[in-house]
Amino acid sequence: MIEVDVLKKVPVREQEPAVRAKNFAEVCLGYNEEEAMAEATRCINCKNARCIQGCPVSINIPAFIAEVKEGNFENAYKVISESSALPAVCGRVCPQESQCEGKCVRGVKGEPVSIGKLERFVADWAREHGIKPTPATKKKGKKVAVIGSGPAGLTCAGDLAKMGYDVTIFEALHKAGGVLVYGIPEFRLPKEAVVEKEIENVKSLGVKIEKDVVIGKSITIDELINEEKFDAVFVGSGAGLPKFMGIPGENANGVFSANEYLTRSNLMKAFDEKSTTPIMKSKKVAVVGGGNVAMDAARTALRLGAEVHIVYRRSEAELPARVEEVHHAKEEGIIFDLLTNPTEILEDEKGWVKGIKCIRMELGEPDESGRRRPVEVAGSEFVIDVDTVIMSLGTSPNPLITSTTKGLEATKHGCIVAEEESGKTTKTGVYAGGDAVTGAATVILAMGAGKGAAKAIDEYLSK
Amino acid sequence: MFKIHSMKFLNENIFQMVVEAPMVARACLPGQFVIVRSNAEAERIPLTICDYDREKGTVTIVVQTIGAGTITMSKMKAGDELADFVGPLGQPSDLVTDDIEEVKKKKIVFVAGGLGTAPVYPQVKWLKEHGVPSDVIIGAKNKDILIMEEEFKQVAENLYITTDDGSYGRTGMVTKCLEDLVTAEGKQYDHCVSIGPMIMMKFVCQLTEKLGIHTVVSMNPIMVDGTGMCGACRCSVEGKTKFACVDGPEFDGHKVNWDEAMRRSGMYRDQEAKAKEGI
Repeated sequence: MIEVDVLKKVPVREQEPAVRAKNFAEVCLGYNEEEAMAEATRCINCKNARCIQGCPVSINIPAFIAEVKEGNFENAYKVISESSALPAVCGRVCPQESQCEGKCVRGVKGEPVSIGKLERFVADWAREHGIKPTPATKKKGKKVAVIGSGPAGLTCAGDLAKMGYDVTIFEALHKAGGVLVYGIPEFRLPKEAVVEKEIENVKSLGVKIEKDVVIGKSITIDELINEEKFDAVFVGSGAGLPKFMGIPGENANGVFSANEYLTRSNLMKAFDEKSTTPIMKSKKVAVVGGGNVAMDAARTALRLGAEVHIVYRRSEAELPARVEEVHHAKEEGIIFDLLTNPTEILEDEKGWVKGIKCIRMELGEPDESGRRRPVEVAGSEFVIDVDTVIMSLGTSPNPLITSTTKGLEATKHGCIVAEEESGKTTKTGVYAGGDAVTGAATVILAMGAGKGAAKAIDEYLSK
Repeated sequence: MFKIHSMKFLNENIFQMVVEAPMVARACLPGQFVIVRSNAEAERIPLTICDYDREKGTVTIVVQTIGAGTITMSKMKAGDELADFVGPLGQPSDLVTDDIEEVKKKKIVFVAGGLGTAPVYPQVKWLKEHGVPSDVIIGAKNKDILIMEEEFKQVAENLYITTDDGSYGRTGMVTKCLEDLVTAEGKQYDHCVSIGPMIMMKFVCQLTEKLGIHTVVSMNPIMVDGTGMCGACRCSVEGKTKFACVDGPEFDGHKVNWDEAMRRSGMYRDQEAKAKEGI
């Protein structure tokens, strides 16, 4: 029996930092049955379950945990599947500390219930035992096109298929999954074992996935509606355009967007010696930015054999990355150069990166985001000798769709204008959600948006 | 999967593939490109569209065996299937999107070299079909590696062929041919489209700047996704960073930073050579 301290989470097993820093296998090993059942006893099954309110897709958390407590893992999976199409993904990448676990009553005095790890356990258990979600028995006889096979699109497609709609997802890349396959690394989210299996589950609901189709180029939304006779469209095309700083030297050889670096490693498998897609063999890398993507890029570079510095202009408290990611990165030996801002990338005589010139920052008065604004410390410039710079400054939505669809409005930042709950856009029959609407955010928020849009599309098509 | 309708070698290292890709064939225009993967493990290779048949639903690409990916592709035959064929990507050529009456007023010359001969073809063909005559200069190292001469004879108003060693047509580089035409043979051009190796495009641009001929080039930098996601293809045009995949691939050649573009295209040279050895 596992001794449970009600104030503390049952610890989850992880690969040792020194070992995992040299491989691409998953960092967190997850709970086994015994550990999961022990952790489940910490849930006090609140009547007014605040954790559910904290979940963007409103999983009935106390209900599934109650099933885990009894060892009824299949029932637990059924409870989760009612609300989520991608539980094995969410259990791994959701920011639980600011959502379900952030609201958990257990968290008032001690640590909250480890809801994320329990969700992951249930999803993994179901997959290992061949349990699949059940497809709809009654067909609606209506067609819906979903653009993008990332978290928003997969969720929207899965929910609509469960309601009986004929759903086709259009994906621009050669592999389905969106950011789950090109963005998030293997060591955080295994592709074959987890992502592909969850996508198979969505397909088992009857969803078709057409790869290699770039909406706005191969075919437009208007053509999907007028010629291909889709009754409604959901746009979940994400935020794929990388940002650069606009400082001198940014086009030197050895400067990459995090998108490029991660796409090479994750989608094209460049981390694998057998892959024909190359990736820079770096000795010392500066990753500019402090979000989850920056951590992913940094930890990828580390595993490829480099010394890695995170260069971030604010302090540790403002790092936008999840606490767990920062913690893991530090354990693995990533060096954090905080309150540091790049001003120039230095090139050698052949145009390759030889260093990054930075300036020290200090925190001043709060800015419009409520965070204290970083201000330069005069005369504090210094150089970090690096051969590679990875820019991880966030991404914005691709204008391909908004620029080719009549009547689909976008904000000045390129985000599609859509109602918050329903995802209804300015064009009749077209809904949108996820990063394409919000700009870069999280997997679970995109899933929540996909879910809301599925409901709204059903209402629209049922009129 | 995308079936290879036909496959033939145009010279020792350059082959032409006609691929069944109805969606691309329906939507593409001259100047645009596709991304191809020969199999599920292959890298993504950007290739400019060389021809298309909307009714048959086919797209023609012309490929040079350079690295591991293109060598693998060169071993495929008619009836085989490419794993991926996505497009059309990038912006069409201005010549096919601008007001046709304005285009008709231009005196157009195409300057093509090596593999770049192929993507010039659909533009010349499109112009001919729309009643716009254009001259074409094709450069090749020697007679044996010259491609598509017969096709161009059908669509070009005047076709000038020049070989570096003089084994066929005129002798010398494309720049010499263009300069001779304009300065010694009384030709007048006000619009030039140059597609070929970067070093060739750079020298064509230096010449046309001197001759005062507006020049458009088609950039072929390193790309991964081809849809604006990775930024690997960024190049400086008039000091501003542009993504060749979504803003291009065609740009005003007089405004491109050529030295940077050439340097960036060699970023993975060592690893590419190693991958080539591996197959």
